[in-house]
Amino acid sequence: MSTTLAPAEVEIEEPRGEDDADLDRPWIVLVWNDPINLMSYVTLVFQKLFGYSLAKATKLMLQVHQEGKAVVSSGTQEKSELDVARLHAYGLWATMQQD
Amino acid sequence: MFPRRRIARGASGTVRLRLPEQERELLRAVCVEVRFLLDDNPDDPDLHRLFPPGHADPERAAEYQLLVRQELLDGRARALATVERTADRTTLDADEANAWLTALNNARLVFGTRLGVTEELDLARIAANDPREREIGVYAYLTWLQEQLIEALAGDA
Repeated sequence: MSTTLAPAEVEIEEPRGEDDADLDRPWIVLVWNDPINLMSYVTLVFQKLFGYSLAKATKLMLQVHQEGKAVVSSGTQEKSELDVARLHAYGLWATMQQD
Repeated sequence: MFPRRRIARGASGTVRLRLPEQERELLRAVCVEVRFLLDDNPDDPDLHRLFPPGHADPERAAEYQLLVRQELLDGRARALATVERTADRTTLDADEANAWLTALNNARLVFGTRLGVTEELDLARIAANDPREREIGVYAYLTWLQEQLIEALAGDA
């Protein structure tokens, strides 16, 4: 007896292309609040790294400060990895994840 | 405690420095200390904040560390060395000023971690005979200097 094997006609849906779809899903870069980095410093780093206006950089900084985190950029995995590394080089606490 | 400004905006992206000798010595000593720590004892818990995990997922975070750690180390060492080399100057060009920005921040992260700085910590209320007096003094000084540098650079970002 061999009842444990799935009959050949039962299609085991191994969703093809799932990996591709996964790769296509954009990544987001988060910056987390921390007690050491100065608020003015975080704002300046957002302006420098992402070319954000003072208004946008300040808004994101305040979101980090008040809500604990903010999405500061998004895009491909490669771009997000670069953004995280650049934020880390400036001493900010950044992580990336798929949206 | 630190009455006169030490850092001001110069012409076209440059920064003017006006540091008394003892502060230049302190800055060099702090940068040397952090650089040696990075060189000799890269796993020291005081350095924890300099190498944050890049992912929430521990496996990916470990991969990320392998990829970028050396580059982060090199970049930090370069910035600290730039401050050591230029502490006697009266002006910094834009690249040097940026090195100062990151080096001061690295040093603040190291001293702040050592002190266990939290949002609530009020440095002014720490007793004068606190055993951490030197660290507190250095941290407060670096913060004061960093604020001036940010102000000098903010308009050019």
